[in-house]
This record gives sequence, C-alpha cells and structure tokens, in this order.
Amino acid sequence: MSPKPSCAPLAAPAAAPRKAPRAWPPANALIGATLLMALILLALLGLLWTPFDPLRIDLLSRLQAPSAVHWLGTDEFGRDVFSRLLIGARTSLWISLLAVSCAVCAGTVIGMLAGYLRGWTDRLLMMFNDALLAFPGILMALGIMAIIGASQYGIVLALGIAYTPSVVRVVRGSVLSLRELEFIEASRVIGNSELYTMFRHIAPNCLAPLCVLATSMFGWALLSESALSFLGLGVPPPAATWGNMLASSRPYIASASWLGIFPGLFICLALLAINLFGDALRDRLDPRMRK
Amino acid sequence: MLRFILQKLGMALPTLLLISLMVFALIRLIPGDPALLMLGDMADPQSLADMRRNLGLDHSLVTQFLIWFKAVLSGDLGFSISTREAVLPLILERFTVSAGIVLVAVLLATLIAVPVGLLAAWKQNSALDLGLVMSATLLLSIPSFWLGLLLLYAFGIKLGWLPVVGYVSFGQDPWQALSYLVLPIVTLTLVEVGAITRMARASTIEVLRLEYIAHARAKGLSESAVLWRHALRNAFAPTWTLVGLILGNLLGGIAVLETVFTLPGIGRLMVDAIFARDYPVLQGCLLLITFVYVLVNLFVDLLYPLFDPRVKL
Repeated sequence: MSPKPSCAPLAAPAAAPRKAPRAWPPANALIGATLLMALILLALLGLLWTPFDPLRIDLLSRLQAPSAVHWLGTDEFGRDVFSRLLIGARTSLWISLLAVSCAVCAGTVIGMLAGYLRGWTDRLLMMFNDALLAFPGILMALGIMAIIGASQYGIVLALGIAYTPSVVRVVRGSVLSLRELEFIEASRVIGNSELYTMFRHIAPNCLAPLCVLATSMFGWALLSESALSFLGLGVPPPAATWGNMLASSRPYIASASWLGIFPGLFICLALLAINLFGDALRDRLDPRMRK
Repeated sequence: MLRFILQKLGMALPTLLLISLMVFALIRLIPGDPALLMLGDMADPQSLADMRRNLGLDHSLVTQFLIWFKAVLSGDLGFSISTREAVLPLILERFTVSAGIVLVAVLLATLIAVPVGLLAAWKQNSALDLGLVMSATLLLSIPSFWLGLLLLYAFGIKLGWLPVVGYVSFGQDPWQALSYLVLPIVTLTLVEVGAITRMARASTIEVLRLEYIAHARAKGLSESAVLWRHALRNAFAPTWTLVGLILGNLLGGIAVLETVFTLPGIGRLMVDAIFARDYPVLQGCLLLITFVYVLVNLFVDLLYPLFDPRVKL
C-alpha cells in the first residue's frame, strides 16, 4: 500500500497544485461579506450624516424607548442611540483596522528578518517573541493601557503590540519554508540582492497565511476594543464606541434594556461577519482545508 | 519521558524569566519615582527613603531587577497602596474565585463540544453539520459580556430566578454560592462551546480521511467504535491544545465577565488596581496570571502524548 499524501503538512502556497476552483463565493463568504459591507457603509454614513448630534445632551428626552423619532431610543443623557451607534461603528472599525495594520507591518518586518537571517538573530528574536506570546493578548493590552492611560490611540498601540508576536510567528514560518525553494535560489543565483529577493519574491508568498491571520486578528481587535472600553480602559466617554455604550447601559438594564441590546447586537454582527468571512478565506487559501 | 519533561521545562524557564523582566519593566516605564508609585502619594519622606533603599534605586537597573526578583521568588510582592494588605494572599484569594469559574466552564464546554464536533464531522456537509457549524460560529461571535448581560436580564430581572448582584463563597453557603455562579459559568461555557466545537470538528474531519480509519471500517467495526475508539483519540489532541490556550486567555480576559456579574475575582482586582494606580497589586496580578498561563500550557504539553500516541517520548 502506498502512503496517501492526504495529510501532508501545509505545503508552501507556491508549491500547492492549483485545483479547479470550487463554486465561489460560498455561502459563508457571501453572508460575511454582505454583513461586513453593510457595517462599513453604516460607519461611512456616520461620517456624513447622523439623525441627531450623537453628543448633544437633551435631558428632557432621556431614556426614551425606541420610537419613530429616536429609532433605537435615547440614553441616560437623552442622546440618540442610533446616531451614537453609527459613529461608534466608525470608531470601533477604525481602531481595529489601525491596530491590525500596525501589528502586520511590525510583525512582517521582524518575522522576515528572523526567518531570513536565521542564526543568532533568529534565536534571540524568537525567544523574546515566544515570551510575548506567552502573555495572553488582552492581558498585555491591559498592562500597556495601565502605562499609557485610556485613549483612542492608546488602544491602537496596545492592541498593535499585543498582536505583533502572532504575525512574527506566521511570517517567520512561511519565510523559513519558502527560502529553501528553488525560485528563491534562482533569484539569488541571477544576482538579485538579498533585500530585493526578500521583498520581491518572499514577501508576496507570505500573503496568503497573513491574510487569514489578519482577518481573525481584526475580529480579536474589535472584541478587545469593546472589552477594554467596557471596562473603562478604552475610548473614554463622551466619545461613543460599542463597548463603552454597553458599559454605560449597565445601571439601566432593568428599566431601559434597549441601551444594552443594540450595541451588543452590533458587536455580535460585526464579529459574525468577520468570522464567516475569515472561514471562507481560510478554506480558500489554506490547501489543507480544501475539501 | 524524563527528557521530554526536562526539555519542556527548559523551554518554559526563559519564558518565565522574560515575563518577570517585562512586569518589572512595567513600573520602570511609568514616568515618575518608582518608590512614590509603590507607596502612593500619601507616603511620608522616611518610608519613601526606606522604599528607595529597598528597591535599590541608587544601584543599576540590573541590580534593581535582581533585588525585585529575589523578593518575588520568596513570595514578597509588596503591599497594596490602597488597602495596605500584603499582595500575595490578596491575589491568591481572588484568583481562586476566577480559577474555579474558568475551570468548571472549560470542563463543561469541552464535555459538550467534543461529542458535538465529532458528530458534525461524522455527518460532514449534511444539514445537521451545517446547523451545528452555524450555531458554533454564532456562539463564537457573541461577546461574553453581552451574553452575560442578556442572561442577567432574562434570568435575574425578568424571571427573577437568580440573584443579580453579589457573591457568596462556597465555604459560607454552597447553595447560595451556586446561585451566584450559575450565570457566569453558563455564559463562559456557551461562548467557549463555539470555539471548541469548531476545532473538534476540523480535527476530526482530518483524522477521518486517514487510512487507519478506512482500515478500521473495513475490519467491520461499527461506526460508533470507529468514531469513539479510533477517531476521537487522535482528533482530541489539537483540541486539547486549544483548551489549554482558552484556559489562559479566559484568565486574562475574565475581568469583563467579573464586571458584569460583580464577582470579586482577579480580573476585577487588576482593573481596579489600574484605576487606583495600585501598582504593586497590578504587578502581582500580571505575574500570577501569566505564570499560571505558562504553567497551564506546560501541563497541556506534558499531557499531550496521553492523547496523541504518535507523539512518543
């Protein structure tokens, strides 16, 4: 009996045989992408127009239930919940996007250095990296927020630093498997510089696993931002994010339940969109996951 | 076997050392006099001078770290600025509250999720599988603090079955303690069932494609024997690793849940310490949680060969 290669370890993307494309897009990608687009459109809409001024305090109409005027009700200061959700979408998505971008940029540079230079650089970098990975992400973000204090760009920095080690690990792994392949050897043989080879030939081939990781990191970042803001360590009020809206709804849970229901629903929908989209992306890009 | 254990321990030690270094650096990174940070604004000049000498502030950073690390190793984590309590007993007491909740929730989640994931993988691409995967993804997407609020609203306020605010320890009154802990545990279990189900399903699908499963089927074994006796063992190994990671992450992120249910756990203690600028307590919490995280993962690694016989020592 000849061994079947059905459980072969993850081959480098370049070496994976191109299979006939399956029906694309699959249902989960479609639902995820639609939801995500809808949220992004809402966030963009919040840039241009909101039904009410999200920061205007109107004590005469505080804690009103959803109605034709205030679609999703008003909060304890009489501010319109729907308007606050719209600008909250912008804040939450923007912070997550920035944090993931920071992590991807820093992680790619460090990971490529470690994977390409190897030797002592690699060993030292990875020892430090593994120690950072041993910090649960949210805990590290908490520690960093303790140093720099609660602010919008503080969270970006904290989450960016917290997620960099995972990127380093993934990029280094791909670089290590790629640099042994023939086309890299060929690039070096025809006289291309190491730097050129690294960015022209190695970096593009790290893209697939990086995309999958970045998508799930976007979800973690969104959840962590909400959690930090919920704890009061994220974006400080009166600015609105889904997390701090949820936190300030807590005293009114019995009398004004809509205050807690809608922000949570938005976080949940955003995470669902990212998870569905990420699954579809992984199925597509990770050869192991193909059926 | 001994070599394997020593090797794993050898990998954990530098990690623990680096973590201590980072927690030490945390206080030094905050602008201001570390002695003042450790004692608070109300400290008198005499105790400040004592603290400066104890921290070794007139020596090099290396010496300062060694002084601090020696104290940590002997269990001396300093005193809380706000309550003047010794840090170590305080964080240990709060830690047991959090650890109990997390352990029970992860155990329940594993017991539910692994059979469900196995079932979904066995019926791969059927309507049942699709339904289970969708439910798992949905559960995975619900933030624990929102689910907690919703459950609190439903069972605490609308139905009035369970108390909304408070905590009683098991030693005082087991039944009452249970009534306070049911909702947090159910919340965490539901959230983690999603992640573990997906992992168990994915790894079972990979295992079911292997030849030894075809062989087991060809031998004429019943499907349940194939699944439970042959597939489960190999499929559980990656899930087991995930369970270890989840345990650690939950301990790190438990603060939000403890805030929702007003539980006196270590997460809440840490967040309160951040607000109160109670740096000795913050350092203690960070150290304890990360040490436990590393040890849990070490323990998971050491038990791994039990579940995956292919990893021979």
